[in-house]
Amino acid sequence: MPRAATVVRLAALALLVAFLTKPQSFAPLFAPLTQYGAPPIYDQGNLLQLALAQLGTVCLAAAASSLVAVGLGILVTRPSGAQFLPLSRTLVNIGQTFPPVAVLAVAVPLVGFGEKPTLIALFAYGLLPIFENTLVGLRTCPPAVLEAASGMGMSARQRLLSVELPLATPLILEGIRLSLVINVGTATIGSTVAAKGLGEVIIAGLLSSNTAFILQGGLLTGLMAILLYDGLAALERRLLRPVTLD
Amino acid sequence: MSGAQLRAVRVSGASLTRVDPLGAVLVAAGAAALLFLPFVVFKSNRIVPGDPRSLIQVLPAWGAFGCAALLAMSALAALWVTDARVRLMLALAGIAAVALAAAAAGDALTPPGDRIVRIAPGGAFWVLMVCLGLFATDATTRLKPGPAVRVLFLAASLALAGVALAHGTFDHLSVMREYAVNAERFAREARQHLKLAFGSLAAAALIGLPLGVLCHRAPRLRPAVLTTLNVIQTIPAIALFGILMAPLGALAAAVPLADRLGIRGIGAAPAVVALFLYSLLPIVANTVAGLKRVSRAAVEAAHGMGMTSWQVLTKVELVLALPVILTGVRVVLVQNIGMVTVAALIGGGGLGAFVFQGIGQTAIDLVLLGAIPIVTLAFSAALTLDALVEVLDRVKA
Repeated sequence: MPRAATVVRLAALALLVAFLTKPQSFAPLFAPLTQYGAPPIYDQGNLLQLALAQLGTVCLAAAASSLVAVGLGILVTRPSGAQFLPLSRTLVNIGQTFPPVAVLAVAVPLVGFGEKPTLIALFAYGLLPIFENTLVGLRTCPPAVLEAASGMGMSARQRLLSVELPLATPLILEGIRLSLVINVGTATIGSTVAAKGLGEVIIAGLLSSNTAFILQGGLLTGLMAILLYDGLAALERRLLRPVTLD
Repeated sequence: MSGAQLRAVRVSGASLTRVDPLGAVLVAAGAAALLFLPFVVFKSNRIVPGDPRSLIQVLPAWGAFGCAALLAMSALAALWVTDARVRLMLALAGIAAVALAAAAAGDALTPPGDRIVRIAPGGAFWVLMVCLGLFATDATTRLKPGPAVRVLFLAASLALAGVALAHGTFDHLSVMREYAVNAERFAREARQHLKLAFGSLAAAALIGLPLGVLCHRAPRLRPAVLTTLNVIQTIPAIALFGILMAPLGALAAAVPLADRLGIRGIGAAPAVVALFLYSLLPIVANTVAGLKRVSRAAVEAAHGMGMTSWQVLTKVELVLALPVILTGVRVVLVQNIGMVTVAALIGGGGLGAFVFQGIGQTAIDLVLLGAIPIVTLAFSAALTLDALVEVLDRVKA
């Protein structure tokens, strides 16, 4: 990684942490955006708690979609489950065609206000990238490697666990990362149905036409998404180095 | 897979005695829903929780019998029939039976002339619809229809649903009651929804295409442009809408012409600008990817034939890259149709107005009045553009 990029990343992280822990020190920056003496920094809740709550919701949804999408990906690439491939593909695609707001709105009467409808919407929306990447990863294992594994006397299960999945891991992780980043932004919509998160700050800004609130809610969410994507990518590079074949 | 295994799979797939695993799951879910969940819910007004009613309670004997017989036939088909055409036909017959049963329940339970009672489809209705929908989807994917057939099928389904709605078949169901109250506004918001979604797509195509070509021709620009567009994507929609309200409001205040053109801080303008910004990435990225895929030999041959640089671009490169670019357009259109919903929060209008008003009043029927058309629109757009991409891909091959 080039050094300049690292410095930028660390600076962005420092900025995010500073803003979440000491928001009031940024008040002078946002003051010009307010009118009639409105507060420049969100004061109806703790920004750090809201950010963590949002991150928690997003991670929980991503964990659920990863479990289902990877499981489905494994199932449809086995000989016994091959007949479900076209259907699961269609379903996962439909999952992303449904606008998250619509899913959210329809889920409210079923499960009530709060985190749950957001979790459902994020779960459905996050399936596609993970499923597609799992499929590509499992299907593009070099046939020679698979034959060698069978030749060594590995059972189908051993081959899956110690050859196919490890080889597909980088692609699967990339899918999870993509789904996480999309969902960090999408999660803000959850605040329209009372889920805890930075969306609350944005909505408060929209309701009281306070641009400072809208801007800080939006920037914090964006910063969080970028850092998450970047941080996970760096972590992957570190963890996966010994596994790659070349 | 060895040859023997392959044969074994094929034989078991064709055998009539083996139960279809997907069919078994769907039939079990559908049957359980019919037994334990209400088919419709009777509400004395639009926001109270209602009384559950089962299928047998709400239909006259012959109607309940007919509906049950049709459902039993689809269940049998789901379990044992392997011919995909028969499966599809019985799935569609099941969907029609459930829809008509709900409509009949609405007619039967509504007191004559009453405008306050609401008959809402219940849990069993939705579970049956999902199961039958999955059954139909599975049968369709097994038939592997070509792009033209898929679009025709979509058009026919929409036309059929349109005829039933226009005829008033579902007029006594809760969602249509909400429609009856809001008919004029519904037409206006639907038009606004389409205007916002397609308008921002058109603007993004107009700017994104040249920008993509530029990025392709000048590789040095590429990382900067794509990174900027990627960063824009991470800003949540409601925040971007909100952030744009301030500068557009200031513009309207400073330039009277802008105000007269409808460019204001509140309303459609910030929504269009935000959607335009979101739409740029897929279009620029796919234009770059599509142009990159064009073989150098084709470009050199075109140059050799004496084409000018402009001719090579418009007659060779862009034509060959069209399927990939259209895939970007598909992503943008589906994304826009969904995101316009959020524009209602900043006074931009669109069908999202019903969704958020419904959430506010905890009136689920109003939410559905907005959500069902949005989902239908997004789904139709995805299906149509997918078919178009496939046709172009085939023509090229």
